[in-house]
Amino acid sequence: MSGLLQEMTDKALALGVPLSVQLDLTYRCNERCVHCYLDHEDHGEMTTAEIKHLLDEMAAAGVFILTLSGGEIFLRKDFFELLEYARSLMFCVKLKTNAVMIREKEAARLRDLNIQSIQVSIYSHRPDIHDAITLVPGSLRRSLDAIRFLKSQGLRVIIANVLMTQNMQDYPSVRALAAELGVECTLDPTVTPMMNGDRSVLSLGVDQDVLRQAFRDPALVGDVDEFCAIPAKASDGELDALPCSAGHSACYVSPYGDVFPCVQFPLPTGNVRSQRFVDIWRHSERMNEVRSIRVRDLTTCPQCTHVSQCTRCPGLAFMEGNMRGPSSQDCEKSFVRTGIPSANMLSKRRPAPNLVQIRTLPSLAGATA
Amino acid sequence: MSRLYVARNPRVAARCLDGEMMIMSGRDSTLFTLNKTATILWQAADGATPLDEIVEHLICPEFEVEPTEALQDAENLARELASHEVLQISDQPIPQRVPGGQTPTAGESR
Repeated sequence: MSGLLQEMTDKALALGVPLSVQLDLTYRCNERCVHCYLDHEDHGEMTTAEIKHLLDEMAAAGVFILTLSGGEIFLRKDFFELLEYARSLMFCVKLKTNAVMIREKEAARLRDLNIQSIQVSIYSHRPDIHDAITLVPGSLRRSLDAIRFLKSQGLRVIIANVLMTQNMQDYPSVRALAAELGVECTLDPTVTPMMNGDRSVLSLGVDQDVLRQAFRDPALVGDVDEFCAIPAKASDGELDALPCSAGHSACYVSPYGDVFPCVQFPLPTGNVRSQRFVDIWRHSERMNEVRSIRVRDLTTCPQCTHVSQCTRCPGLAFMEGNMRGPSSQDCEKSFVRTGIPSANMLSKRRPAPNLVQIRTLPSLAGATA
Repeated sequence: MSRLYVARNPRVAARCLDGEMMIMSGRDSTLFTLNKTATILWQAADGATPLDEIVEHLICPEFEVEPTEALQDAENLARELASHEVLQISDQPIPQRVPGGQTPTAGESR
């Protein structure tokens, strides 16, 4: 984050302004990614008018960065109408898409609308692997074609790659592909549980050996020694810090108008169909509960070696059952980085059975008496 | 002396935070923040109101500055913002349209 953006974020935090919002326009999708956490049925998406009204409210509340995502956003027939409206309200708009519906015409319209960035999911450089994850034959070719259209219009494109068992060997080649295309590339080792609580998709996540390999790749983490260093003891300032921006300067709105602290934090705090966005943001009891939590209030983490460096996600912790608890996936990442188990991992270890019991046997005791 | 017209560049992203405008350039995503005086100028830059009127009616009363000096400062500021493609300047009124056909707002909030 640039210095000025950090300054603005700090200011927004102090003022209680939701500087950044992700709005999912639809959960419908033209791909069926094996790791996706969404239910793709349409259970009553907001109408065009409802979304425009919401955009008005969000602009008035101070939202600056608007990320439009889904589902696949281009499946909404009113997508460009909504996008034009959002830009007329001067949002800084970022898009997340699989891009398979983007051709020259759509890319040119996105350029005309001055979209800040377009994030495209690419899971592998190999069509058989990528398409086996999206479950749509030909999807890699179409997504890569779209990236070329977008680049030809001078747009900023970011390839988003999720590290999973199916594609765990491919990330260096995806990065090479991104370099060849002249776009940025991110790698995320986190697989998110389904929004309905089903955690079976977590089995798609990579094991510790693969994670260890990724965390020791300078191309991904920069200075490996620094990245994998054992953190210093947390200062009072670090214990008083906010766990993350969810509910503080950022939130998430679903296609049905439900407001959550974050896309990865499915705690419903209100619905914009019956309440003003700003009222939910400011007055929701649940949002304020999330907002009240500091690192030192967490159940296990304040005593953990990793607390000052941990990437703990409060939403993942919530999905494990306690928004103040640890997030096991992040505990694992801290362990893989440093080789030191987290406080949460240690607390879960069962005590080893005693191998040797030293006690006087009654018969022997009797014999020596 | 010809009058100077100023208009918000519809290519940027902008939002007002506590009376100060933050603006992201449409050219290279550089982030700018404007102080309160510059924010007043930005919000009034509708392409139709000449800069001298903006200075006379909005800036001078607010900051109790001498009009000639204020206008010179405002012109310098307008030209600097134009060099970053944050503002458009012209000696003719500037029609304000965005690709969607709507008039852009001034990114007002709070």
